[in-house]
Amino acid sequence: MIDFSMPEPIKKQRVMLQTVAENMMRPVSRQFDEHEHEIPWDYINFMQMAMRATQAGSLAPREGRHEGPRLGYQILAHLIETLSWGDAGLYLCTPGGGLGAAAVEATGTPEQKEKFLKRFAEEKPILACMAMTEPQAGSDTASIRTTAVRQDGSWVLNGEKIFVTAGHKSLVDTPGFVVVWATIDPAAGRAGMRPFVVEAGTPGMSVTKLEHKMGIRASDTASIVFQDCKVPLENILGSPEVVKEPSTAGGFKGAMATFDATRPLVAASAMGVARATVELVKDLLNQEGIQIRYHVPRQKLTLIEREVIDMEVMLRGAWLLVVKAVWMADQRTPNSLESSMAKVKAGDAVTKITQRAVELMGPIGYSRKQLLEKWFRDAKINDIFEGTGQINRLVVARRILGYGSRELR
Amino acid sequence: MYSFEPSEEQKMLVDAVHKYAAKDLREAAHEADESGGFPEALISKGWELGIVQASVPEAFGGFGDHSAVTGALAAEELAWGDLAGALTILGPGVLAFPLLLAGTEEQKKKHLPPLVEGGYRPVALAWVEPRFDFDPGELRSTARRANGGFVLDGHKCFVPFAHQAESFLVFASLEGKTQAFLLPRQAQGLTVLEREGNLGIRALPTFEIKLDNCRLPAEARLGGREGHDPGPLLHSTHVALAAMAIGVAKAAYEYAMSYAKERVQFGVPVAQKQAIAFMLAEMATEIEAARLLVWEAAWTLDQGQEAARAVTLAKTAADDTVMLVTDRAVQILGGHGYIREHPVEMWMRNGRGFPTFTGLAMV
Repeated sequence: MIDFSMPEPIKKQRVMLQTVAENMMRPVSRQFDEHEHEIPWDYINFMQMAMRATQAGSLAPREGRHEGPRLGYQILAHLIETLSWGDAGLYLCTPGGGLGAAAVEATGTPEQKEKFLKRFAEEKPILACMAMTEPQAGSDTASIRTTAVRQDGSWVLNGEKIFVTAGHKSLVDTPGFVVVWATIDPAAGRAGMRPFVVEAGTPGMSVTKLEHKMGIRASDTASIVFQDCKVPLENILGSPEVVKEPSTAGGFKGAMATFDATRPLVAASAMGVARATVELVKDLLNQEGIQIRYHVPRQKLTLIEREVIDMEVMLRGAWLLVVKAVWMADQRTPNSLESSMAKVKAGDAVTKITQRAVELMGPIGYSRKQLLEKWFRDAKINDIFEGTGQINRLVVARRILGYGSRELR
Repeated sequence: MYSFEPSEEQKMLVDAVHKYAAKDLREAAHEADESGGFPEALISKGWELGIVQASVPEAFGGFGDHSAVTGALAAEELAWGDLAGALTILGPGVLAFPLLLAGTEEQKKKHLPPLVEGGYRPVALAWVEPRFDFDPGELRSTARRANGGFVLDGHKCFVPFAHQAESFLVFASLEGKTQAFLLPRQAQGLTVLEREGNLGIRALPTFEIKLDNCRLPAEARLGGREGHDPGPLLHSTHVALAAMAIGVAKAAYEYAMSYAKERVQFGVPVAQKQAIAFMLAEMATEIEAARLLVWEAAWTLDQGQEAARAVTLAKTAADDTVMLVTDRAVQILGGHGYIREHPVEMWMRNGRGFPTFTGLAMV
């Protein structure tokens, strides 16, 4: 059955989170945008309390938490979209583990999940993060140089990670953790990459820098340096047997599957910003007495109407790609193609929508009196992180063509 | 609950349509475009798939409940085979569905069974007018009340099968409101002009017609005395055409991809060059997004919900996507894309027409 009806749990959640976005996020959007490294504790504490009250626990969907049809990823996508509608930077400060927890949830052993994820259900807010990018390795993840060497009953990590979202909040402001990608065999390329959980306070790990960004300024973006950082053996995510086969891509593949699941969620965040933009543009136009007439042929539409309809087409089309991708995730259907399509389209849509909105709204769009200029700045990162639009086009292309990285570089 | 899986019945229908589209339509498409028409036997065979009939209730001679979603799925698949062929085969729907959506019970009982039972009969629908800013909601063709009936005056273009159809559904402005009128081909004052030459859909015979003091009885008005809301008919045609645009886009995308994997330049298939690979990736993504918008619009119609916005988004997306994709398909085939031996240039010519094809199909 083809069906576009929104399930009740999602309807209810959207109503609740819309209130959170309007009351807890929008009023302080400008403040945290202008004071880049201040921490929005009110929002963070509120969300921790709210999530405990609803037993949401970590932001990663859990197996068997819902009776009836699986809705975990769909619920998450709507949650992220609504919070990002509020403020994309503040959303990234939401406690509960983010990508870091998602990696543990997706690839951890039951013991690891217990050890690392339990903390998110407690009273104090805790964040977690994921560290992949290095100065010389962005899209080319296989070129990471952070090493993990087995020595005297520990993993010893050495290297530098940059662009870690929530790195400071996860390791300094709250007792969280970082999931670090390191190589146990530099000669093996991708096959040697493994994820390691490193808890806040581990000696040999330091947060060295906070970036100054174009947008999502409420979210801290950190550099982390590992210097002979000793990590317990059992902190390598997934089965320890993974270690004995350094030449297999097993560990890498398993966690790449995490990205198939998280990619549409990042796209969902982009769509929240996009929706905020389109709604505000329409509101501002309404105030000037300008309504959008649907069903009038394009030749008769005013330019403004045509632009707004084009924005709405991008907005809805990109959002439906997200809805379908997360539906597939909940159905446990492989969705690598759909996830990447959702990310390609969302990054493109939010960039175009926000850029056009600022242009159309003239001085109103350009001024800091309105949030449009902020959303223009918040939007751009969505076509860049979690796989650039180009990399995701590459993934889509490989999938539709049946090519591997050897055929299509 | 969200769900993106067609039902078993829908899958079966789409499967049957696909077989016909892949074999019968595709094989005949090029010749039909060159010569200006499809063989009757092929059209009959397509009619017997029962796409229109499946969406008309038994009470009126069909064998199913009306469903825009099912109609959209089938229309997409048929258009994937060939657009002109699809418009031909689904042609009777442009009378059947307005009757279903807007006719009185009497009108339905009288006109649906002969249309839907039995063999294929072409229908002429006249909505489009020959001006650049044609607006289906603000027509220059007029209907005025006279002698208990109506008098129609106007000039229409893109009227399919006007040379053969027994029944014409003509849209005119009655006191400022778009209304449809059903007339027989013998109606006084109705003149069928020369067959048109078009950029695409060359296998579909279309005509200009003139209405000159064309007198009609009161019963000719769709919806009887009260008339009807033209909105649902506009929604219906927009969704049908949007679905078909997706079908044409998919055909072009698949053909281009297949070509790109075979065509070797600089020592590798061109599909291994990022420029081409990225074009294909974007084509696939745009098609997928537009398709979901079409499904959402069709579903909204089936739910009986307010659909203007969803339909506009679907139509706009589909119009733009089919133009983008078919253009890129020609581009990917390079010089060969420009030659009529390959279907992509025809699909591009067909693709450009979608914003203009109002009324050529309904669901």
